[in-house]
Amino acid sequence: MSLAETTAAPATRNMAKFAYAVPVIGFALIAVFPYIAGPHYTILMFSAMGFAIALFGLNLLFGFTGLLPFGHAMFLAIGAYTAAYLTAAKYMSLELILLTAAAAAIVIAIPVGLLCIRYIKIYFGMLTLAFSMLLYSFLFKFYKITGGDEGLRIKMPTPSLFDLSKHDTITILTGPLYYYVFGLMLVLALIMWRIVDSPFGLGLRAIRENEQKAKYLGVNVQRYRLVAFVVAGVYGALGGVIVAIPVGLADPSLAYWVQSGNLVFMLLLGGYTNFFGPVLGAVLFIFFQDQLMSYTEYWRLTFGVLLAVIVIFFPNGLMAVIDRRRWWST
Amino acid sequence: MTLLQAIDVKRFYGVFCALDGVSLSIGEGEHVSIIGPNGAGKTTLVNVLTGLIPPSTGSVSFKGHDVGRMGPLRLSRLGMARSFQLVNIFPLLNVRETIAVAAISNLGQGGRIFASLRANKSVWENVERVAHLFGFTAKLEQPAKSLSQGDKKLLDVASAFALKPEIILLDEPTSGVSTAEKAKIMQVLVEAAKHTGIKAIIQVEHDMDIVFGYSSRIIAVHNGRILADGTPEAIRAQADVMTTVVGRL
Repeated sequence: MSLAETTAAPATRNMAKFAYAVPVIGFALIAVFPYIAGPHYTILMFSAMGFAIALFGLNLLFGFTGLLPFGHAMFLAIGAYTAAYLTAAKYMSLELILLTAAAAAIVIAIPVGLLCIRYIKIYFGMLTLAFSMLLYSFLFKFYKITGGDEGLRIKMPTPSLFDLSKHDTITILTGPLYYYVFGLMLVLALIMWRIVDSPFGLGLRAIRENEQKAKYLGVNVQRYRLVAFVVAGVYGALGGVIVAIPVGLADPSLAYWVQSGNLVFMLLLGGYTNFFGPVLGAVLFIFFQDQLMSYTEYWRLTFGVLLAVIVIFFPNGLMAVIDRRRWWST
Repeated sequence: MTLLQAIDVKRFYGVFCALDGVSLSIGEGEHVSIIGPNGAGKTTLVNVLTGLIPPSTGSVSFKGHDVGRMGPLRLSRLGMARSFQLVNIFPLLNVRETIAVAAISNLGQGGRIFASLRANKSVWENVERVAHLFGFTAKLEQPAKSLSQGDKKLLDVASAFALKPEIILLDEPTSGVSTAEKAKIMQVLVEAAKHTGIKAIIQVEHDMDIVFGYSSRIIAVHNGRILADGTPEAIRAQADVMTTVVGRL
């Protein structure tokens, strides 16, 4: 326990305990969700978990390194199209698809990252947006390879742990595959925890706070940024595989700038200063969007107002309302 | 043995000549103060010596390596550290983490992406040793942004010391702090230098009590040129230098 915690006021300590309980309660709720919600909402939660995985990576770039990409959705598309190509070629193993998506993300993230990380702030954001839109144009125009605007179908992949041959799609998505994805999200969350709790993670935070000083203290800023970009890309691609499975389709809209904007919105909504923030942001966004779309065609207008309210009144996201501390602080 | 050497360094900002043919050599065991009126070129000189800005002409070498060809990263690995004139901290990192950034670099552990930092004894031992030297033991968990101005300056210097450098360049380490804090900073700094084995200190300083009280050598700069270079006694004996640079006899 840190000195700050030992000397904290009792009310603050209780708040801190509650704050630690929130991720536990949150993950527990996601675990029991298929038992308390219908198939429609469970499948929505399935998608939300995919977005949460992508957001863990986005948070490494934004929350930790101070780089805000406006084109992170390109990695969602890389994951989804990897799943489409592999399942079309009868490679149905979900593990193989996830590993291939991660490898594809690394192959693309390294050259793109090498160009983007030379810039910061708006220039970094716009460069990532440019690459995302390049991918979108490629997916949209090269019909014979990518299926054009219609995209490519994704057949239901099969995890090696389960025999899904006797189940229908709804049962798979709300049963074994749901828990597979839940487990994957937990594992990836733990890996991310280790990354941000490592010497490397501290280096990223130092870069975010003061790049020049970090350089003079021996932090290899460009290398750290590149690694963070690649890791974020891998998480984005893994999230993209999961997001695309319930839809059964990989289409160019996954790489479109709106999707990148949605990812940033989710992160701001949940909060980038808290470990559970990305999960909360993804869940709230997906469910709120679903409900709003069923009530009004002007749902984007409502989202715009909501985003303005969050940025003005809760700049650190909704999780920061519960836990005011930055979770990475000791 | 010469650690840092500048030969005929000129630095232009447009048509303005901030450094005009500066040559100097810093050896082991020296505590050098660079003095001069505002705009004399002191900070430009430190920035050129530490590779932050390249010289327009001339050369700077550290341990025989061309500083102009090295970035801050290589310089830090070669054994050079610096602090800045303005408060230069990581606002949201606490004292422990700020010093740890340098300790990690010093131990070559920055590439450890999956290793737990919390369980890394060697890093925390280094951090606590440096924190003890600089009087930060009770403030380890305090966010850097919440420290007093003097402590922020000291933390900037402490983090540079955690690199265990051979030479350290301090750009006005006592500027903007109270007189009482100035003395404290200097005492801590000199004591810490003894303990960490720093071979040379170069310090830009305006406070003449500190300059003459702590330096083994003084370099007086005026209009981008070295006006005088010698021991405190030798500088004090040059009335024209004292008048030009210090403004008093």
